[in-house]
Amino acid sequence: MSAYNQNFVPPAAAPANGNQGSSLVNGLPGAVPHQQQPPQAAAAQQYLQQKAQPQLQQQQQQFQQPPVPYPGSSNNSSQPPPLQFNSNIVNKFLPPSSTSANNGAPPPSTLPSHLRPPTANGPTTLTNGSNGANSANSSRTASPGLMSVPQQGGAPPMPQNTQYAHGAPPPAARPIQPQSVASLTSNMHQMNMNRTNGQPSANTAPTPQQLQQVPPQQQQQHQHPLANPMTGPFMGNKPPNLNPSASRVIGSPPTGGAQPVPVPASGQRIMYGGTPASNDQQNNNLQRAAPPPGAGTAWPPSLPKAAVPGIPPPMQTQPQAQLASFAPPQPQPQAQSAPFAPPQQYQYGQAYQQPLHQPPLPQQQQPAPPPGMFGAQTSSAPLQYQAQPPPPSMQPQGQHPYAQPQPTSGPPQLGAPVPLNVAQQGFSRLWGQDTIDLMQNRHILSPATLPAPKVVLHNQFHESINCSPSIMRCTVTKIPETNSLLQKSRLPLGIVIHPFRDVNNLPVIQCINIVRCRLCRTYINPFVYFVDSKMWKCNLCYRVNELPEDFQFDPATKTYGDVTRRPEVRSSTIEFIAPSEYMLRPPQPAMYLFLFDVSIIAQQSGYLEAACSVLNRHLDEMPGDARTQVGFICYDSFVHFYSMAEGLNQPHEMTLLDIDEPFLPRPDSLLVNLKECKELVRDLLKLLPKRFAHTHDPGSALGSALQVAFKLMQSSGGRITVFQACLPNKGPGSLEPREDPNNRSAKDVAHLNPATDFYKRFALECSGYQIACDLFLMNQQYSDMATISGISKHSGGCVHHFPLYQKTKQHMVDSFRMCFKRYLTRKIGFEAVMRIRCTRGLQVHTFHGNFFVRSTDLLSLPNVNPDAGYGMQISYEESLTDVKTICFQAALLYTNSEGERRIRVHTVCLPVTSSLPEVMHSADTEAIIGLLSKMAVDRSIASNLSDARDAFINATIDVFNAFKIAQNLPSGQSGQLIAPRSLALMPLYILGLLKHPAFRVGTSTRLDDRVYAMDCMKTLPLDQLMKFVYPELYKIDVLIYHARNSNASTTEEDDEEEPLPEVPRLQLSAEHLDSRSIFLMDCGQLIMLYVGLNVPPDVLEAVLGISSTAELGDYVYGLPHIVSAEYDILQRFLLRLNYDKPYSALVQIIRDTSTAKGQFIERLTDDRSESSLSYYEFLQHIRAQVK
Amino acid sequence: MVFNFTAFTYIVALIGDAFLIFFAIFHVIAFDELKTDYKNPIDQCNSLNPLVLPEYLLHIFLNLLFLVCGEWFSLAINIPLIAYHIWRYKTRPVMSGPGLYDPTTVLKTDTLSRNMREGWIKLAVYLISFFYYIYGMVYSLIST
Repeated sequence: MSAYNQNFVPPAAAPANGNQGSSLVNGLPGAVPHQQQPPQAAAAQQYLQQKAQPQLQQQQQQFQQPPVPYPGSSNNSSQPPPLQFNSNIVNKFLPPSSTSANNGAPPPSTLPSHLRPPTANGPTTLTNGSNGANSANSSRTASPGLMSVPQQGGAPPMPQNTQYAHGAPPPAARPIQPQSVASLTSNMHQMNMNRTNGQPSANTAPTPQQLQQVPPQQQQQHQHPLANPMTGPFMGNKPPNLNPSASRVIGSPPTGGAQPVPVPASGQRIMYGGTPASNDQQNNNLQRAAPPPGAGTAWPPSLPKAAVPGIPPPMQTQPQAQLASFAPPQPQPQAQSAPFAPPQQYQYGQAYQQPLHQPPLPQQQQPAPPPGMFGAQTSSAPLQYQAQPPPPSMQPQGQHPYAQPQPTSGPPQLGAPVPLNVAQQGFSRLWGQDTIDLMQNRHILSPATLPAPKVVLHNQFHESINCSPSIMRCTVTKIPETNSLLQKSRLPLGIVIHPFRDVNNLPVIQCINIVRCRLCRTYINPFVYFVDSKMWKCNLCYRVNELPEDFQFDPATKTYGDVTRRPEVRSSTIEFIAPSEYMLRPPQPAMYLFLFDVSIIAQQSGYLEAACSVLNRHLDEMPGDARTQVGFICYDSFVHFYSMAEGLNQPHEMTLLDIDEPFLPRPDSLLVNLKECKELVRDLLKLLPKRFAHTHDPGSALGSALQVAFKLMQSSGGRITVFQACLPNKGPGSLEPREDPNNRSAKDVAHLNPATDFYKRFALECSGYQIACDLFLMNQQYSDMATISGISKHSGGCVHHFPLYQKTKQHMVDSFRMCFKRYLTRKIGFEAVMRIRCTRGLQVHTFHGNFFVRSTDLLSLPNVNPDAGYGMQISYEESLTDVKTICFQAALLYTNSEGERRIRVHTVCLPVTSSLPEVMHSADTEAIIGLLSKMAVDRSIASNLSDARDAFINATIDVFNAFKIAQNLPSGQSGQLIAPRSLALMPLYILGLLKHPAFRVGTSTRLDDRVYAMDCMKTLPLDQLMKFVYPELYKIDVLIYHARNSNASTTEEDDEEEPLPEVPRLQLSAEHLDSRSIFLMDCGQLIMLYVGLNVPPDVLEAVLGISSTAELGDYVYGLPHIVSAEYDILQRFLLRLNYDKPYSALVQIIRDTSTAKGQFIERLTDDRSESSLSYYEFLQHIRAQVK
Repeated sequence: MVFNFTAFTYIVALIGDAFLIFFAIFHVIAFDELKTDYKNPIDQCNSLNPLVLPEYLLHIFLNLLFLVCGEWFSLAINIPLIAYHIWRYKTRPVMSGPGLYDPTTVLKTDTLSRNMREGWIKLAVYLISFFYYIYGMVYSLIST
């Protein structure tokens, strides 16, 4: 069973492609392993429903009135996943929204709440929050009878599961159907509660966030004693807190509902402890769990109190006592149900949206909690959240609790420890406020890739779709109200953005006048406020603008009247086809100019052959219309031009000898129309490699070549692609080698700055004429990347680096070919500008990326490509005390390769909070790492590398200090390092950064490599940057196992699309390696397969086509082609890993004993090396610094 | 009432200081224009950079005069500014031409606000020293 589960569970836990919608489905099966068929059926139904829902929703929308089904009832049908988005986006961000929409469906979907009749909006929610009786009823009915219904309609629960997919235990853990159902329903309850939390705040809630936090903390308090019997003070705190909570509960049912959740979590821990744990974590749990029994004695006293409010959880704390404890809860079934009921109503939905870090949930309790509570609670809150998501494989074991007899009735579920266990793990996390003691939880990397934290907006916008986190992400999902609050949190505030990302199904609109704010020129977006059908209020500057008449027209349905059906208002990523006011000149054609270094070093590396053949092959696929022009220039000590005038049968070469005063040898036919002269171009590309094969010119006059290239492109603008293989040493812009090879591992790295500003000035000049320079550096020796890359950095280009390129190294050639192919064929935007607008009160402080800043918020991007990311630091101009949400809008105006002027607009909306803990809990670690790395690059260039390294460490220490203060933790050394869940991975990533080639010291790093790595930090989009900083390590045994299992049961083989099993992600430590397995490390552009020494021969045979590892060479690249199920599944897994990358990664196979092993080991950043700390040591260092 | 070298120095200093005040005002205006998007940073830097060295040299020249005629106090109050100028020019970004301002970084909020502040402070310093020079001139004229 367990074995089976291992394979089976993971997939269930985490949907194959990260599509959350599917995850929903998966969640079910996982939950109900027994009856697999039924689940599938159920799943199918869900799918259907989901599919149907959109339609439903649309209809609703058309009516524009929110036929707002009430939470409870509506759950089933209401889901309106907005259709507008393309699948890609959908995967990433629709899910949340759709899910949210699902629960929240009742709200008139996309209709901005402000538009809704007041009664529809506020009242609804109000009733939800306050209407105890109704809610109670609904909940009751819901729990037992609705079970099936909620599951389907209430897609909600599942998404949550998926969110926590890493934590996935919950879904996986439910083996028994009834229980699973129960747990599901309980999930629903809890979710509801969450929703409740969120909504009150938005609607009724005068007292928002501070109060919100109460519930979670209470939970934590409960947990507290269990988890940490030792901490006396906390114990002391607990009772007082409990009382208030109790009173709250009584006063307002919702709170009661909330409480049950937390406690169970603690109970869960115990269970884990009980189970034999093979994993360290579980061992940890065990140890921790041990105390609880002791704590249990402490508990009883508190129990009565809790019981009164109808808090079942306490009982669960002791698994053994559970049965006995059951009694108390049941006596008060009504009480229980009541608490839960309200949540039900809230089905509405924010539950989904709420990510791990969502504090808002707690809001339910607003009514009761006295403000004072806050502090006390926070103090207790520190409780480490010890229950880590056990690796999926472990889950089965954890299940045994389920075996316990279950009460059949609805209410009992709550009381029932069992389902709670499962659910609770997920839910305690859901509360978003849980904390982790990093010292105790060294294995904190969740098994699945981490989802971006979701943004939960106030009720007004909660159904609006926010921009996909893969496009735009803020370092916090809740913006601190004032600058001082931000300073207290010590978090960097900024956004990372990937504006030109390839997206499918991007809504594209062509209209005569694009609706924009007249004051600040903001584009209309889903987060504006419609005063009435004629006016809208800008969400950035708050000016009230008129709506043009034709905005009432809905192009999709060809009807008038409903503003909210406009795609602009329904989608926060949208593209306009710009009218002529947006052009300063007629859109330029696509112009490509290639500069080849043909000096002797370049010839030795032999890159020209590969480059020309790739060019030749993909000449037709280069983006462009009939006007597309191309040109070629080669340079060594002189500059060679190629004229391809009409009438010539072959290209004519002209050589410019005067490189100090370069000029164009002839005005035309150097840049030629690609369509008309394709044959000549092809001829040239075939001739070029041979033409210079025998030259022995050591010079490289890059500067002169650039100058003539500039003259050539000046009139039109376009793209210059430079291939450079050595240090430019002739003519203007010649450079001297600066690197001291003996000093490559020195503490302080010099020469990160450019040696001359020649290249920068050139780039600035180019950007003025809409020319971008891209650089391919294929150097054999030091080539001063720091200086040369200036041509790309300031002209919006990109830099690719292939160190030690040799045509004899097949893998380098392959990877260069793939990279160059992608480069040639990817989309391109010409003469682009990007403007970032923020809500009044915020401003962009610093930009990061490759561009030229033309004014305080305007970036000039002569070219924009889909693989470029940008970062912006945000600073305060004034405080945000009087606003509830803030928005960032990035508008990218560009000319596409067909000569169309287009505007791509991304809008992201974030809530504002005044509570420090909320800010901390809402942090987005990945975005923070992305921004910090960019800031560190600036720092190391402006100051020096060791400053930047110190800044990393200080930033980490400051954040944990701030959290300690925010939570009111006792100062002094406690042996703990308490982190909010949201920031738990920060030390891990920071350590990855410190050991990254960009920032490491003590390890020999070539200067060019370091500079290139720094450049990547500045320009990679976040998802790739994370792989660059902290590669993903997988043990692919699961895949192989899965392949065999499914082989065994070939009957199910008919379904080709069977999802991949979830492969647990491992931390980068050698302790996870073993000699009997194959490991896969995804570093972005390189995927390494590490083959252990004792991998069974049959596995080797099936995956690599060899019978023993000895057959592997030292440097093996690429997978052989083999026909086997294992190989297929591995390929599919690779496909999934490569899905989001610009081009598929090169696969390197590393034998355990090969000399290439160092490359693999070097990336195991959790381990100690000669010159750097291990993860645990690093934690200890931080702990020692946190006061 | 004697027109000696000291009086001459102060008169020259007055005239020179008037120019410095103009430089400072221009500096402030230029950065304000940058801040409010009126000007392209490349153009703005191109117009500002050639003025940096003349300003510094003029200031140093005035202080040389003070040194020659032994006006120690006047020299002393100017020495910090000279030191600042020298430090500022030594830490300028890598550039081939004269000047301080790099169009690629000048729009960073930090740089921008620092330059603005520097402009205002220098304006204040020059104004104060202007009045002090008037006083010094009159004093040197009537003291004998």
